[in-house]
Amino acid sequence: TASKCDCTLKLMFLSFGTWAVDKGNFKTCEQSAFCKRQRALKPGESPYRALLETMELTNTRLTLQLINDNNKVRLLLELYRLQGNITRVKINELKPLKPRYEVPDVLIREPTTEPLSVLSQDENGVVLSLGVESQRVIISARPFRLDIMEGSDVLMSLNSRGLLAFEHLRMRKDTQADPEAEKKEEADPTTKEEEEKVEDGMWEETFKSHTDSKPNGPSAVSLDFSLPGVEHVYGIPEHADTLRLKTTDNGDPYRLYNLDVFQYELYNPMALYGSVPVMVAHSAQRTTGIFWLNAAETWVDISSNTGSSETPQTDVRWISESGIIDIFIMLGPTPKDVFSQYASLTGTQSFPPLASLGYHQCRWNYNDQEDVKSVDAGFDEHDIPYDFIWLDIEHTDGKRYFTWDPHKFATPKEMLQGLMDKKRKMVAIVDPHIKVDGNYKIHNEIRSRGFYVKNKDGGDYEGWCWPGSASYPDFTRADMRAWWASMFAYDQYEGTMENLYTWNDMNEPSVFNGPEVTMHKDATHGAWEHRDIHNLYGLYVQMATAEGLIQRSGGVERPFVLTRAFFAGSQRLGAVWTGDNAAEWGHLKISIPMCLSMGLVGISFCGADIGGFFKSPSTELLVRWYQAGAYQPFYRAHAHVDTPRREPWLFGPENTALIREAVRQRYTLLPYWYQLFYRAHVTGEPVMRPLWVEYPQDLATFALEDEYLIGRDLLVHPVVEEGARGVTAYLPGKDEVWFDVHTFQKHNGAQNLYIPVTMSSIPVFQRGGSIIPRKLRVRRSSTCMEHDPYTLYVALNLQRTADGELYIDDGHTFNYEKKEFIYRKLTFANKVLSSVNLAPDAKFTTDSWIERIIVLGASKPSKVTLKTADGQEKQLEFDFDASMSVLTVRKPGMNAGADWTMTFQ
Amino acid sequence: WLLVCLLLKLFSAVEVQRPRGVPLSKRQFYEEGKPFTCLDGSRTIPFDRVNDDYCDCQDGSDEPGTAACPNGSFHCTNAGFRPTFIPSSRINDGICDCCDTTDEYNSGATCQNTCRELGRKERESLQKMAEIAKEGFLLKQQLIHEANRGLEDKKAKLGDVQGSKKDLEAKVEALRTVKEAAEQPEREAKERHLKAWEGKLSFKSISPSTVCNDVSVPELLSHSELDPDADGSFTEAEAQGLLGGVDKVDTAAFESIWSNVKEKYMSEVRHYTSFFFLINSKFHVKFILFNFGFGICFRNLEKEISFDFGPSSEFAYLYSQCYELTTSEYIYRLCPFNRVTQKPKFGGSETNLGSWGKWAGPEDSIYSVMKYEHGTGCWQGPSRSTTVKLTCGKETVVTSTSEPSRCEYLMEFTCPAICQEPPNLEISSHEHQEL
Repeated sequence: TASKCDCTLKLMFLSFGTWAVDKGNFKTCEQSAFCKRQRALKPGESPYRALLETMELTNTRLTLQLINDNNKVRLLLELYRLQGNITRVKINELKPLKPRYEVPDVLIREPTTEPLSVLSQDENGVVLSLGVESQRVIISARPFRLDIMEGSDVLMSLNSRGLLAFEHLRMRKDTQADPEAEKKEEADPTTKEEEEKVEDGMWEETFKSHTDSKPNGPSAVSLDFSLPGVEHVYGIPEHADTLRLKTTDNGDPYRLYNLDVFQYELYNPMALYGSVPVMVAHSAQRTTGIFWLNAAETWVDISSNTGSSETPQTDVRWISESGIIDIFIMLGPTPKDVFSQYASLTGTQSFPPLASLGYHQCRWNYNDQEDVKSVDAGFDEHDIPYDFIWLDIEHTDGKRYFTWDPHKFATPKEMLQGLMDKKRKMVAIVDPHIKVDGNYKIHNEIRSRGFYVKNKDGGDYEGWCWPGSASYPDFTRADMRAWWASMFAYDQYEGTMENLYTWNDMNEPSVFNGPEVTMHKDATHGAWEHRDIHNLYGLYVQMATAEGLIQRSGGVERPFVLTRAFFAGSQRLGAVWTGDNAAEWGHLKISIPMCLSMGLVGISFCGADIGGFFKSPSTELLVRWYQAGAYQPFYRAHAHVDTPRREPWLFGPENTALIREAVRQRYTLLPYWYQLFYRAHVTGEPVMRPLWVEYPQDLATFALEDEYLIGRDLLVHPVVEEGARGVTAYLPGKDEVWFDVHTFQKHNGAQNLYIPVTMSSIPVFQRGGSIIPRKLRVRRSSTCMEHDPYTLYVALNLQRTADGELYIDDGHTFNYEKKEFIYRKLTFANKVLSSVNLAPDAKFTTDSWIERIIVLGASKPSKVTLKTADGQEKQLEFDFDASMSVLTVRKPGMNAGADWTMTFQ
Repeated sequence: WLLVCLLLKLFSAVEVQRPRGVPLSKRQFYEEGKPFTCLDGSRTIPFDRVNDDYCDCQDGSDEPGTAACPNGSFHCTNAGFRPTFIPSSRINDGICDCCDTTDEYNSGATCQNTCRELGRKERESLQKMAEIAKEGFLLKQQLIHEANRGLEDKKAKLGDVQGSKKDLEAKVEALRTVKEAAEQPEREAKERHLKAWEGKLSFKSISPSTVCNDVSVPELLSHSELDPDADGSFTEAEAQGLLGGVDKVDTAAFESIWSNVKEKYMSEVRHYTSFFFLINSKFHVKFILFNFGFGICFRNLEKEISFDFGPSSEFAYLYSQCYELTTSEYIYRLCPFNRVTQKPKFGGSETNLGSWGKWAGPEDSIYSVMKYEHGTGCWQGPSRSTTVKLTCGKETVVTSTSEPSRCEYLMEFTCPAICQEPPNLEISSHEHQEL
């Protein structure tokens, strides 16, 4: 759904006809008091000193006090060695005036610690062993500084620039305070040292017409990190910016503050709908990561000495408005190590139902049941597969979620049954803003249970959103989430059936009349301010919703929930999309780095609105977007209510055919997508990944963002330029070969390959050395293809070997957790292709069989023999295309779950 | 077993033997036991590879009865209904597509044979449609007749009007001379002359009633300059207000109404220069519109005659009519060849969903779709427009409205004028017997 447009915006658009975001609605660092304050600090003047005599070391934890020599406030530093080459550093006030917020529910469990030991110690510092290899932490006392070393190399330094800052909680002492007390303190010179300048914005801050009352005063935290040898840093989504993060010296820092940004602009560090405070640093030698676990408004400054003659180094600085410093330093050393380290902390991508990897047809709005029916029929008429049709806010009874419009959607079950009869599904939106209406059950229940977020005066917080006046459930409360989840039960959420899934929009939360279109920071969630939890709100909404979908099925079915707002850990809950983009080529292009950035920090199930949400795409743009989207994880077309219809068949038969072909390519590859999501679920590896993840030493790949890999084996370089006649794809790997998946033409790696393109071209290459399963019998939905046979695409490398996997389960339940799946390793070596069980203790049977094997880069055999598990052998027929060196084995026919070997003599 | 055998025999006697999914028209290409050549001629394969669930032909012709080929098609005989082709991908996908259930022979789906029922329903509806078409077509003949007569009248009337216009222009010229003459002399003389020609000016002698019938709301609406509050949207309510709260008035009544309201439109007279007289009296400029109704009628007649009312003017009867449909939220109003409007049922102002644009049907039936364009603008969007789809019916009535895209409306409209001569029913009943 669109974000709002307020009246001033509307006027601006009318008068200037521009489409850009109104930047004036959102704060710059300069306009955000704590960011301004913190950024004003100069490096090299750290007032912090480690009090080594306070050090305590248990088997798993080191604690140490730090003192700020300017104000004598003491901090407590905790240092942990965590399993899997992770170091955790926590810094809090030793004795805060009241507790400071520590982010719950993001870590999947209390991380397992490993022993630490002191290697040496003197008055200047302490050297600790990190257990593995030659890794050490050096704690320097004056000023306080942490260096993580491996051998003689510094991997990362903390407070090396002296920008650690920790605004301690304090009593208010400005003009409003008791004048007597002030006098008293003036008279006492010993307390003078602790006096700090009261700056504007410490106790109150006004932005546009909104005043933030800040009852707790200043509470920001900040720390700098130096990354020697690093020139490339990535991550900290969500920003509409390049994959490789830019230095921020000459502008604003990257901002992490979940916001509903109306018509966002490309290539700038403004905050968007979601925040994952994780940065990945990469060099040819090593990959590391920093996870800054803080849910308050956060700014990240990046600077680099690139261009100078020194050893390259990137310096990073994190600034958050409240909470504590709690960081996880993931030491790699490989990209995949960093992924698994981060996954060990916050979990992996949820394993989506297979159908949700198919194509999704959405629009704000499909008007009524008749409309849904005719769009559904349109897909059949034009023979285009799809799995989900979506309903936006207009399906509800007056924007009251969990209800249906009594006229337009009078018989939702009938509609859902109609879709179910075609093995298709639906998603209906449920947003977290609840209409304030005494006749609305959901509102009355939440209010009477006291579940709403409170305003600073203790009443239920009210804001303006789609329904008009709305309140916001306090999703940070576990009891609220449990109640919310129970609302998805079939007997509560009337008119629903098992093929109805959910979409959480506006969960930043979006508050049309709030500061920066979101909630007031001084609103309260129990003991905490909204300021403390802001970036976590959206995650909690999705968490409660996903739990509802699980519960309604008695824990059997996997949920599917799409969210716009997200945080670290959101990967466990479902899919994310890049919000309200626009029908512009630039937005198509940026969908790649935006989703790659999310994948690097765990969120694999990412996609952008196909066609662009705002405005109306040209036919060429729409077709190109369908083609690009077919090779991105979450594949959904969506459109603003004010745009003309754009169902795939509305642009003439030629374009319908182009779109059909793109969608069909997606469906043939569903087995591959599905097993990659299984892998992502098990390992935390991204499904859609930058080339450098697989070619970490190849500098040419480090900044690539116009092409990427799906898994390890498919390289995609979509056409994202208007009027393109060709693209230049970089094919990595000096000893690799790549096969064009459409022509089977072989290309050498480590080259820039110019590929001429027409409107039907989607440049995709399969890596030599890989085996990819496909289902070529594309039907009207993924569910219809369940029992269909596989074709294995075996692409040989220069060593004439290849390997791959085949994962099969029921596609929609949690039974895979009970080992009900097939997981096989496919290997081609020494002219023998074989299928070996990777999970002998798992049980599942499938009707699917192997109908065809296509060997790319093959030589002609004299015979092909299949040997099945029962020892029987049979000769197989085959076709050999000498011009392309493609061998097609006809109908081997073995079951996809069986052991077999195939010999090419 | 004997029974089964017998049944099979019986079955094969009815069904012409051919591979699954092959239409009768192509059975000669699939000869049992003989090598099969793909229908595109690309290769020849042993017959046992036809329908063996593996795609050998690039054109999919070797697998008419399985889902093996991505581009294949399956023929359902659908005895009792219409035979049809479905894409091969719908074979054994668990969804019943052929009414004779033949597409789901191995999926476990339980399909009911619905061909007879469908056939019956189709015949019923065809028959009903044929009846409607027949009656509609008769009505259409009447409409054509009336339209032709009306057209003659109007042409004649236009001739009259043109004559009157000439007279009028002559008078205007004469009066202008008088006026100019009146401006020359001294003030006293001016006033005297003025009185003299004002006396000559007889409303009755060139009354609109001599050339025109009624003045109605839709006519007024086409004169946006008459908008009383000049806010850019001249609504029906406002037009009604001008006419004293009714939809139309005869010209005599209009004249009296007009004398009350004309003052309001003084500033707009530039549109009517030829029908206005400038009187300069005591140095005050004063305009008198003496025959506004005449102006409207003259131009309307011209416009009406110029409309494309269909090949035989069968749509002429829709002109200056309006048809309403009330939905749960709105009252929609279609005034053919004029405009489409929408008004909230429970108060609120009316919105223009488009003014008459053009016939916009496909080339072979251009009169099946009307397009109304340039309605009230949408924020960040186009101006509202309405597509009206015409279908044959005895009644002239708006049957449904929808808004598929924001500000793009779709209206279904039945009327006899679109009815085609029904096909000979005898032929269709003959077909029926064959089935």
